[in-house]
Amino acid sequence: MRRKDVPQDQGLFGEWKEVSYAVDDDGRYILVPSAGWEPANIANHMAWESIEAEVGAVLAKVRIGVLSPLAYHMARHQMDPGLLAGYAGLFRWQVRRHMKPAAFRRISPALADRYAAIFRTTKEELMEMPVCDPPTGTRK
Amino acid sequence: MISSFPHRQSAHCESGVAANLLTHHGLPLSEAMAFGIGSGLFFAYLPFVRINHLPLTTFRSAPGWILRRVAKRLCVGMTFRTFRDAENGMAELDRMLEGGVPVGAQTGVYWLPYFPPALRFHFNAHNLVVCGKEGDSYRISDPVFEEPVLCGAADLKRARFARGPLAPNGKLFSLTSVPKTVDPVPAVREAIREVCRLMTRIPIPLIGVRGIRYLAGQVESWPSRLGERRALLYLGNVIRMQEEVGTGGGGFRFIYAAFLQEAATVLDEHRLLDFSQRMTSIGDHWRDFAVAGARICKGRPQGNDDFPALARIVRECADAEHGFFRELDSLMRSGRHAVRR
Repeated sequence: MRRKDVPQDQGLFGEWKEVSYAVDDDGRYILVPSAGWEPANIANHMAWESIEAEVGAVLAKVRIGVLSPLAYHMARHQMDPGLLAGYAGLFRWQVRRHMKPAAFRRISPALADRYAAIFRTTKEELMEMPVCDPPTGTRK
Repeated sequence: MISSFPHRQSAHCESGVAANLLTHHGLPLSEAMAFGIGSGLFFAYLPFVRINHLPLTTFRSAPGWILRRVAKRLCVGMTFRTFRDAENGMAELDRMLEGGVPVGAQTGVYWLPYFPPALRFHFNAHNLVVCGKEGDSYRISDPVFEEPVLCGAADLKRARFARGPLAPNGKLFSLTSVPKTVDPVPAVREAIREVCRLMTRIPIPLIGVRGIRYLAGQVESWPSRLGERRALLYLGNVIRMQEEVGTGGGGFRFIYAAFLQEAATVLDEHRLLDFSQRMTSIGDHWRDFAVAGARICKGRPQGNDDFPALARIVRECADAEHGFFRELDSLMRSGRHAVRR
C-alpha cells in the first residue's frame, strides 16, 4: 500500500484514527494515520447490525413474556449465558434459568444487585420491562 | 507517574506494548521490529473455536506470544503475573507503579471507556501499559491511541478482570532486566525462520498456508451450506479479522513487510528488500479480497464478484505465501545466515 492510497473513510469510529503501514515515494515503510477503510467499515457495520437485530428479536420475546428482562440486558451487552455466568459467579444453567420470566422474578435481592452491577444499572431497571436502548457500538 | 514513557501509537497492541516498554528501558525498538522478532505473523482458521458464534480466523500468533518471544530472543527478563482476586490485582499494580516501573497489562476492550464504542466487543487480548496513577485514575499508554489516556480505576479493574474466552485474569507484566547491548542478528534470523516454519511446515490443515487453502474451500461452500445471510456474516467476520484495528492493514502483512525492510539493514542482506516488496503485494492482494468481499456484503457485487471468485483470491494469496516463505526460509538457511544451534 502506498502512502497516497492510505484510506481515509470515516466510519463508526468518530474522531479516532488508527495507524497503518504504507510505503512512501522512496519505497520505505512509514506509519500513516487512517480514519478507516470502507470495506472494513462495511464489515464492522454488518457486525453491529446483526447485534442490533439480535437485541430486537430478544426484546420482542421479552414483551410477550417468553424471555425475562435479563435476556434483553444480555443481548444488549453481547453476552451469552456462559459469559454472564462468568461475571456473576454462577453456573451457566442458572443464568439460562433466569432468562425465563418466572424464575427471574424470584431471584434474591442480593443476586439482583449483582446482575445490576454487572450491567451498570439499578435493580429496579433490571427487573422492569426494558425500554429500547441501542447497543453500545451504534451510540455515538 | 513515569513522565518519560515513550508512548508511540502503533498498529497492533502487543507489538506496540513490547516496543514501547523496551524503548523505555533503554533498548530502542520499532513496532515492526518487535512484531517481527516476536514472530507475530501467522494464519489459522479454527472453525471449532467460536467467537460470537463465528469461526475464529486469525492472521497473527496467539496473544502473549509476541511478548514472550521478544523477551526470550533479546535476552530480556520479563515477569508475568495473574491474579485470582481483583482487589489484590489492583493493589499489586499500585505497588509496582510506586516502584516507578511502567506496568504492562492484558485487558478486555469491552469495558474500556476511552475506546470508540464501535470497537467495544468482548475481546480479551488487548495489551496496554499503565504508567502512573493520578488520583483515582490511571494514566495509560494504550498503543492504539495517539496520546496516553486517562482511565478510571473501576473501569480498568473491570477491563483487567473481564471474563470469557482468553480472560486476562488481571495479567500484569514488566521488564526485570535488560541487557546493555543486544545482538539483534540471531534474534531476527531465528524469528524469520520460525514464521517460515509455522506458515509452511505445520502438518495440520488449518494452520499456515494450508489453513489459508482450507479457508478458500470453506468460502466456496458457505453460500450453499449456511444460506445467504450467515454466509455474509462469516465473510464479514474474516474481513474484520483481516482489516480491523490492530492489524496495520492486509492482515498484518504490511507490518511484516516493514519488519523485513528493517531486517535487511540489520542482517545486511539486500535480498530481504525484495522479500519485503513481495510481502507488500501479498498484503495488497488480501486487501483485494476485502474489497470484493465487502461489495458482496453490501449487496452491490460488481462483475464477477461471487464466493468462488473470493475463494480464488484466497487461493492466490495461499500460493503466493507458500512460495514466499519457502524461499525466505532457504535464504535464511543458506550460507552466512544459517542459524547455529
